[in-house]
Amino acid sequence: MSADTHTHHDDHASHGHGTMGQLMIGFALAAILTIIPFYLVMAEVEMSRTALVGIIMGLGAVQIIVHLVFFLHLSTKSEEGSTFMSTMLAVIILVIVLAGSLWVMHNMNENMMPEHEMDQMIEEMQSLQSQQG
Amino acid sequence: MSHSQTASVRVADHEVHHASPTPIGFWIYLMSDCIIFGALFATYAVLGGGFAGGPGPKDLFEPGFVAIETALLLFSSITFGLAMLQADKGKRDGTMMWLVITGLLGAGFIAMELYEFRHLIHIGAGPDRSAFLSSFFALVGTHGLHVTGGIIWLVTLLTQIKAHGLTTANMRRLGTLSMFWHFLDLIWIGVFSFVYLVRLI
Repeated sequence: MSADTHTHHDDHASHGHGTMGQLMIGFALAAILTIIPFYLVMAEVEMSRTALVGIIMGLGAVQIIVHLVFFLHLSTKSEEGSTFMSTMLAVIILVIVLAGSLWVMHNMNENMMPEHEMDQMIEEMQSLQSQQG
Repeated sequence: MSHSQTASVRVADHEVHHASPTPIGFWIYLMSDCIIFGALFATYAVLGGGFAGGPGPKDLFEPGFVAIETALLLFSSITFGLAMLQADKGKRDGTMMWLVITGLLGAGFIAMELYEFRHLIHIGAGPDRSAFLSSFFALVGTHGLHVTGGIIWLVTLLTQIKAHGLTTANMRRLGTLSMFWHFLDLIWIGVFSFVYLVRLI
């Protein structure tokens, strides 16, 4: 019984609300990962557009993981893995929603007739009609 | 007699540590909220280029302004973490002090956001100006509403803690609000990276 209580207690402490060390490591990492992208934009660093977008989005993704681990204490062990599993499900749905929307809308824009071509076609059809009439 | 007593104590002990479905339930709510934000991010990604002849990101966004907003939210995340550490030690006054500081930082963030929105609407760049601005206001406004909700929750919890102390129920509420607050800071990472910075290159 007493051994039982002890394990529960340890369990609670290990994935409860974290420690001062965790909080400060998380803060340092988050601060660095925030300062770099703002510096890149505000100092107008000379770099290709694609590289800058890639770096900013990449650092953002890393910072999201830092927040999940150090502030939200996400681990594969808490709640017998349910927390981690629900997070993974959300990530999968997010990927489908984001990538799917961009893909579908990009495809539609590619295949849609541009507006000025549409106007030209309407004019041509109208002139044909007036010739026949 | 003594045997059944031990058994009932064990059951009670078990319930205290494992039976509360609140943390996992609240986490699942946060994940569903995350999907709402995902849909709004996707909308911004698709419509972000539709300026309708109106102003674009480079005419409207100030990176320095966004940096201060970001700093306010990050610091408020840290002060909430410090409040949780004080609460774990059972220190009520320390917990309340850090919570008040967290609330003030959050209020500062909301004040800056309201100022930005008011300024944009004032110069004719309101949500009705273009698809880009509609999706911008929808995404950033939804995040701001969440932070406002978090502040209301924080004030409510402060009065609860003041009246009843760090009871089991209040600790549970504090734990879920902590998750909510850190989650909103996490969403803001996506906002400052994808909504503001990438569009200013």
